[in-house]
Amino acid sequence: MSAHASTYVPKSRLAKWFESRLPIVGLVHSSFVSYPVPRNLNYFWTFGAILMAMLISQIVTGIWLAMHYEPTAAGAFNSVEHIMRDVNYGWLLRYMHANGASMFFVAVYIHMFRALYYGSYKAPREILYILGVIIYLLMMATAFLGYTLPWGQMSFWGATVITSILGAIPVVGDTIQSLLWGGYSVGSPTLNRFFSLHYLLPFMILGVVVLHVWALHVTGQNNPTGIPIKSDKDTVPFTPYATIKDVFASMVFFAFFAYWIFYQPNYLGHADNYIPANPAVTPAHIVPEWYFLPFYAILRAVPDKLGGVVLMFSAVLILALAPWLDTSRIRSANYRPIYRQFLWLFVSVCVALGYLGAMPPEGGYVIAARLCTAYYFAHFLLVMPLVGLFETPKPMPGSILDSVTGPGKQFSGSGMPVGAAAAPSSKG
Amino acid sequence: MTRLIAASVFAATLGLAAASAEDGHDTPHPPREKWSFSGIFGRFDEAQLQRGFQVYKEVCSSCHSMNFVRFRNLAEEGGPSFSTGQVKALAAEYKVKEQNDVGEDVDRPARPGDAVPPPFPNEKAAAAANGGKAPPDFSVLSKARTYSRGFPWFLIDALPFVGYTEHGVDYIHAILTGYEDPPDGKETPAGTYYNIYYPGHLIAMPKPLSDGQVTYAKGANGEPVVPETVNQYGKDIAAFLAWTAEPHMMARKALGFRVILFLLILSGLLYYVKKKVWAKAGGEVHGLQPELHKTY
Repeated sequence: MSAHASTYVPKSRLAKWFESRLPIVGLVHSSFVSYPVPRNLNYFWTFGAILMAMLISQIVTGIWLAMHYEPTAAGAFNSVEHIMRDVNYGWLLRYMHANGASMFFVAVYIHMFRALYYGSYKAPREILYILGVIIYLLMMATAFLGYTLPWGQMSFWGATVITSILGAIPVVGDTIQSLLWGGYSVGSPTLNRFFSLHYLLPFMILGVVVLHVWALHVTGQNNPTGIPIKSDKDTVPFTPYATIKDVFASMVFFAFFAYWIFYQPNYLGHADNYIPANPAVTPAHIVPEWYFLPFYAILRAVPDKLGGVVLMFSAVLILALAPWLDTSRIRSANYRPIYRQFLWLFVSVCVALGYLGAMPPEGGYVIAARLCTAYYFAHFLLVMPLVGLFETPKPMPGSILDSVTGPGKQFSGSGMPVGAAAAPSSKG
Repeated sequence: MTRLIAASVFAATLGLAAASAEDGHDTPHPPREKWSFSGIFGRFDEAQLQRGFQVYKEVCSSCHSMNFVRFRNLAEEGGPSFSTGQVKALAAEYKVKEQNDVGEDVDRPARPGDAVPPPFPNEKAAAAANGGKAPPDFSVLSKARTYSRGFPWFLIDALPFVGYTEHGVDYIHAILTGYEDPPDGKETPAGTYYNIYYPGHLIAMPKPLSDGQVTYAKGANGEPVVPETVNQYGKDIAAFLAWTAEPHMMARKALGFRVILFLLILSGLLYYVKKKVWAKAGGEVHGLQPELHKTY
């Protein structure tokens, strides 16, 4: 799984016997133990591990919830309340799962910002990056499907709005819509197939994550300077250095996650979703979950329905083109004084779009949403290609080690401590 | 046809938000009350929950169901904590339908494991008896109601210690105390009543509480423990509904405190382990050190 040759040496006879038949231990060893990571990684690089932990948490709590959940229009809301009230620690499982979705998106947005800021999408990491965009798309689908399952008012009407969006697709729209609905409107068959898909997609995410990690271990990690690894002195072995840092960062993130579970469990949801679904009553505001709000704002910024749908999907898909839209050969925005400012502007525009997505589509909000939508796309279609052509980058350090120590200086210890890769746990 | 329905739903969605926003402009925010159960160390006040249940039983239960609450819940920890004897006796006052051995529906006294029986046999009957719309179920009502505090308060509400999660509870108390005579020139159509806190002000529920309506148990000295006023009844039933919506809230907050404390201590220890590990490689550098870069 890695370009880095495995240094795993099986010790016992059983381990040797096994390794010669299925070298999976060596594979894991080369990917997560001896794998060389740049020594200057900052905490933005811990979000990969955090996301992996969140995915596992969502799958485990989800499997348990599915044991008590009933995917029918008549029984779904009741079964969720049954989980909340009568299942032992059911409230904990459900609040972990519901808030876990939000925390998953918090982590993925930081992870994506990291990629954009440090130019992790540029050659040779294009495939790695596109796999990430695919994971993000799958996450969005999974989160949307999951939000319909409690079958509250927002579940029902959110499902109605989003499936009607798919109906706007020319030629095949109607077919896709009826296929998802399982009838002529959102109802019990819709809920049942959404539940099935909600259970399926996380395992597809897991599959793409394996490819994502595979691609990562072929190209190696980017780093805050964006300079490629030039010698062993630029790196440290994954274990124990990155491992301990990832574990530490994950625990801090879990403490943050726990705060939402235990003290603000419903803050990130909608009060309307505690009202059972009622096809005869439309809620005053139909608003998606916070992580979809920027795209919802883009959807509503366009007066034409099909146009809005096209723009909304383009807003996600355009991410995948970043490797070819960005003309600068410098990866890290730390050395790109002009692009860096545009990137922060882009982040502010995304936050503003999120706010506008939660506001009613009227008056100044619509105008602001249109301006922000225009900038969102301009960032990819104008800023990325043009700034790269005209910008003078800042001077760069000669190597990763230089960026850490200053030019020409050396550590007393080498970057790759002697024997550390072969026997990482030798020092107790 | 399906496309037509979809399109109209879609258009309605985008348009409706605008219409409802106009309704809300002159609705004052519900006043914030002090609740024993708010905050990180919040706990339900058993006596208050017991009074709240009394209000439910004597007043609200003639129209509002509470389908997810079972009698036994009233005796569980972290709730009103009635004794099991009290709950058994209370349940026995109600009748529930059961099928006997020969397939006939018969009435039997309710047991603690039964859900509190609803006032109407089904939603249609409830709607027919209440001017066309069924009164909402009480089980999760305090989580199903809220009001928007706007920017930046909605951000501050999320923070520890200064945060705020009782929007729905405050709203319920505000509705119960918000009945007023309509302002001059404002008509209230038949079957609606004027309430300053209800969005649009016209609520279908007549003023349900009046001072002295419910007689609370007296204290040891024969004096009332709390005033028998609409304000107090409103607080007690709102607190009770906070519990019915979150029966495990106290367990949740207690467990959360231990979990977060554990994670923070573990993080602290891991931080020093990480420092020690990285010392082997000459110490960790967080990304860039800009001062070093001036030399390039």
